[in-house]
Amino acid sequence: MSNLIETLKAQIIEQLNLAELKPEDIDPNAPLFGDGLGLDSIDALELIVLLEKHHGIKIQDPKDAKAIFASLQSMADYIIANKK
Amino acid sequence: MIMEATIVSYCKIKNNTVWVNGEKINIDNNSVDFSAFLVNLYRQMNLNYPKFFKMDNLCKLGILAAEMVIQNNSKSENFEKDKVAIFLANNSSSIETDRNHIKTIVNKNDYFPSPAVFVYTLPNIIIGEIAIKHKFTGENAFFVSETFDANFMHTYASIALQSRHTTDAVCGWINVDGNEYEAFMYYIEKKNLNKAGNGLNTHHTAEMIYKLYN
Amino acid sequence: MITYLGANNIISPLGFTTAQNLEALARGEVAVKKQQFHFSESIFCCSKIEDSTLNSYFSAISNITTYTNLEKMCILSIQDVVQQSGIDLKNKENLLIISTTKGNIDVLEGVYKNMDSNRAYLPVFAKTVGNYFGCAITPLVVSNACISGLLAIIAGKRLIENGNYKNIIVCGADIVSEFTLSGFKSFNALSDEPSKPFDKNRTGINLGEAASGILLSSDEISSIKISAGNSANDANHISGPSRNGDGLFNAVTKTLEDSKTETVDFISAHGTATEFNDEMESVAFSRAKLDHLPLNSLKGYYGHTLGAAGVLESVIAINSLASNTLIKSMGFELQGTSHELNVIKKTEQKTINSCLKTASGFGGCNAAAIFEKV
Repeated sequence: MSNLIETLKAQIIEQLNLAELKPEDIDPNAPLFGDGLGLDSIDALELIVLLEKHHGIKIQDPKDAKAIFASLQSMADYIIANKK
Repeated sequence: MIMEATIVSYCKIKNNTVWVNGEKINIDNNSVDFSAFLVNLYRQMNLNYPKFFKMDNLCKLGILAAEMVIQNNSKSENFEKDKVAIFLANNSSSIETDRNHIKTIVNKNDYFPSPAVFVYTLPNIIIGEIAIKHKFTGENAFFVSETFDANFMHTYASIALQSRHTTDAVCGWINVDGNEYEAFMYYIEKKNLNKAGNGLNTHHTAEMIYKLYN
Repeated sequence: MITYLGANNIISPLGFTTAQNLEALARGEVAVKKQQFHFSESIFCCSKIEDSTLNSYFSAISNITTYTNLEKMCILSIQDVVQQSGIDLKNKENLLIISTTKGNIDVLEGVYKNMDSNRAYLPVFAKTVGNYFGCAITPLVVSNACISGLLAIIAGKRLIENGNYKNIIVCGADIVSEFTLSGFKSFNALSDEPSKPFDKNRTGINLGEAASGILLSSDEISSIKISAGNSANDANHISGPSRNGDGLFNAVTKTLEDSKTETVDFISAHGTATEFNDEMESVAFSRAKLDHLPLNSLKGYYGHTLGAAGVLESVIAINSLASNTLIKSMGFELQGTSHELNVIKKTEQKTINSCLKTASGFGGCNAAAIFEKV
């Protein structure tokens, strides 16, 4: 689990071009959107691509995305629950 | 008081060299590739604008050039941001990012089109980025031509500046194609030329634009 | 000085002249349909001109292998306007403006076998089209996302009234390509069904391809003029429309101020059928106190034709004015925006004298223009 969290941190920084951010700056339980990392709607779409590209998981209903991407922890939980 | 369209600042960025109002700016480390040069320049300018890293190179170049002309002019402090127009042009539209988007769809076994790339496949996004950073909500237009047409840009900006909806305009030429790139941007303000103040103050004419560009 | 709007054309799956398109709209035909492409297993609902139809029209005037699909569409559209009006682009008083978002993007994708790759550059594409007509002045290209077409018409008006040109033909054009389909799909913005602008159950955009041309002139070539036009930026987000409709509201307000028109009789809206765009438009029209006006979006017929949209929709709006016809907004059934809009549910005859045309696009750009009877 902690490995997955670290992997996700690196992937998010890379995929979302958060160049000024270090992995240790991201709190796994802090919200990714809004006051947390300040991500926007394009980042949300980019996270859907990230899940598919790096973890082979396709989000069937885009409406689920909000709950899945609430925090790094919720993303990790979703990946573990949906791994083939 | 006669208000005249006046170029109050301009900037050129080319071959990893930056000129502002005709003066060459010292860059800490300019013997790097274009992408690295843009990041170096950003850091040197202390912009603290994390969105910069999400942009494609065309927008990064545009944001930096716009910052140069906005920071280094003698324009009036009081102006309405909804009356600032942005008119830009280039040769290659967004072709560099177009190529990057095609890379994500060319291989059917590795088919991951990226929204963060695709959104930059329009040249006017750079106008949007400058508008967002400076809250300029006036007129917009992006033109594409073989080379920079100072006559046309002068004409189009002059028409806009005759309207009461426009008092200021950011204009220029901003092109990125492979490793070749070029930015030329200038800021026009309707002002009383006698109250010149510091910095560059010159009539907005096509001849002057050509002179500053070359 | 007055800029009159005259000869016009639409090249779309619904026809290769304006008249054919208007007849198809009157019959309630739509150009969008579900189709499969070689590059994807997904089914896309979009509006695409058959290669065979395009080539059969084009072979009547020139060699079909010399030009790309987009160039053929533009040449056919401009040719129709030139033939109707007798305007000679070899004359220095006349200008061609081309509006497009992606130009020959299929050249960059490698779709053609023997096409020089530099045709993917917009100035080369524009020059190729311009050379067909022997243009004296290099064509001007406007590429400003989804407001390109309307912005090109506004630019044309300004250049005519500034005395730079006597006649300007504006041609807007874009194709449906794997490039745009894959991109909009990654944005989750595409609808699998024919789009439903402003409807409660709208599910997104259909992409469409078209070319459309119109003549602007300082001569009194028609009884309809463009009385004002402006653009404005949201300065909010590069892809998401402003929640409070600021940019569109500002573009509309400036244009109403400039036009000095007493009343606007209907709105030809942008209406892409995405959740956020249509909602933004309802907010802006409500703020401008125009939400009671009859309004349509033509995206339910043609899909979103990107750089062509502003020209194509203006051509339809001008013909609506000329024939006193309010055209049904295809796909709309139930109110689906926070501010109720008067969306046209049935095509009807009504005396109308003026139209507000709007467009909004990526990069936070918005444009508005007023067309009215002289």
